[in-house]
Amino acid sequence: MKKVFHVMYDDDDKLLVAARELVGKGIHVNEVYSPFPIHGIDPVIGIKRTRLAITSFMYAMTGLTLAVSFMWYTMISDWPMNIGGKPSFSLLENLPAFIPVSFEFSVLCAAHGMVITYLLRNGTFPGMPATNPDPRTTDNMFVMEITTDSNSMNAEELETAIKNTALFELSIKESK
Amino acid sequence: MEFKFEGRAKLITQVLMALGLVALVGGYLTDHSDHHQRWWANLLVNGFFYFSLSLAALFFYALQYITESAWSVVIKRFFEAMLGFLPYGSAVIVIVLLAGQFHLHHLYHWMDTTLYHEFMTVEGGVTTYLDDQVAGAVNNPNYDSIISAKGAYFSTWFFWLRTIIYLFTFLLFAKLFRKWSLQEDAEGGTVIHFKVFRRSALFMVFFAYFSSTLSWDWLMSIDPHWFSTLYGWYLFSGMWVSMIIFAHVTILWLKSKGYFTEITESHMHDLGKWMFAISMLWSYLFFSQFMLIWYSNIPEEVTYYVSRIFTNYKVPFVAMFLINFVVPFLVLISRDTKRNPAFLLPVALLIFIGHFTDVYLLVIPGTMFNHNVFGLFEIGLFLGFLGLFINRTLTSLSNAPLIAKNHPMLQESKDLHY
Repeated sequence: MKKVFHVMYDDDDKLLVAARELVGKGIHVNEVYSPFPIHGIDPVIGIKRTRLAITSFMYAMTGLTLAVSFMWYTMISDWPMNIGGKPSFSLLENLPAFIPVSFEFSVLCAAHGMVITYLLRNGTFPGMPATNPDPRTTDNMFVMEITTDSNSMNAEELETAIKNTALFELSIKESK
Repeated sequence: MEFKFEGRAKLITQVLMALGLVALVGGYLTDHSDHHQRWWANLLVNGFFYFSLSLAALFFYALQYITESAWSVVIKRFFEAMLGFLPYGSAVIVIVLLAGQFHLHHLYHWMDTTLYHEFMTVEGGVTTYLDDQVAGAVNNPNYDSIISAKGAYFSTWFFWLRTIIYLFTFLLFAKLFRKWSLQEDAEGGTVIHFKVFRRSALFMVFFAYFSSTLSWDWLMSIDPHWFSTLYGWYLFSGMWVSMIIFAHVTILWLKSKGYFTEITESHMHDLGKWMFAISMLWSYLFFSQFMLIWYSNIPEEVTYYVSRIFTNYKVPFVAMFLINFVVPFLVLISRDTKRNPAFLLPVALLIFIGHFTDVYLLVIPGTMFNHNVFGLFEIGLFLGFLGLFINRTLTSLSNAPLIAKNHPMLQESKDLHY
């Protein structure tokens, strides 16, 4: 049996101060729910840097490869085209003409790939059930989630420490 | 904290300046090209390149004000310091243009006044150029209908009027920005801040026009038959990125000497982002200009690239584009490399040389054609101007406190965290 503390704050600065204080006492904060990104919270609660940028690069390279091979097939290999009055029929020599399309398609793939990855990874894809504990965190409230099973302290100690912060509301639930 | 410009650093810049002077004199004596064309062309390349660094600093300074940017407040004094070279750069440009006007060199073919008249008469050894065919007049073999059609723009008084207005405006704003900045240090308050804000907006209007037209007047007119409407932006993005590189590298050096402790890794990261972003802007503009001309393949446009790609200039031209685009793209795309001087410094120095080569290739193919020589003179002159530029910047930096202590957004800038 574990206890889940949902500590609500009415200001992102208060939450940030509280998180620093609790982490300083050795308490592990599982998650923070907020209507907008709180600047500087990630290193405090120990969230690793996102790898979304790396996926973006990989999607862009995929897009680049697809675009160049498609244009090579249609305009050089299958039906050789005279591009810009220069009938060289070579991919390399006609490359300037292919750059805009390659660039646009790389951006398209990178952007769509990133959005889809982001939504899937965060579980916020359209139609997915909401995971935030309180609907007010989509409006003007900030919630910090602390559980007993990820902390060495017992429930009473945690509760005392949490109540020392500038909280707005505290809800304690028991779950398996 | 005050910066003191002394000791080894000062000595190195003076040695570089001496080297430049030796190259200047030695180059003139050993230059056997017609009218010392090589000497003048390289003077224009270096004069313009370093002038443009100062000019870009002036632009960037005004940009920070009109966008009300807070992050750059702790670096502000460095941009002010870079304006210290502006009068020197202007002087070099004026000297080169004046020499052209008096036909000491032939960098600007359009300065030849005989090109503008279709007819001429020769009587007793005296040649008179005429616009209309009168009795006894013959066709002028020098007549150039394309340049002649641009005659109004190229007329001597209009050209010099423009040049004087550009330089006067830039020098005036550089002087005023510096004056107001020091005044703010003494007086405090927000009155001066908003005054600089309004004046920066005014400056931007001038800069928007002048940065384009000055590049047409001073560099694009070297190839007077050719034109490109993108040229001004292309040149402007090049000077902007070179300026950011110079600022970044010099600030890293100053930080390693214990100055500018307020400039944190976050500020350097932001400068690194500028370096990356403007490198991409430059590549975009370079390619946009190239691709349209390459695609349409019209003889009057394509000559510009033919004289750079199908000649001796092929290797530096292609290498210059690859270095200025591929290297910053691959290396600076990552957050960690932008924050790590071990990666950033070699890239910064490489693309600084790359952008110098860019300016070099704007001037040289149109003035030296296929007779170009690249030797000790070119290297010496580049180093000499570099020494002068660093010397003027650091001297100017030592004349004022490193941090503008009464800037209204100073605290926000110090707290910058990324």
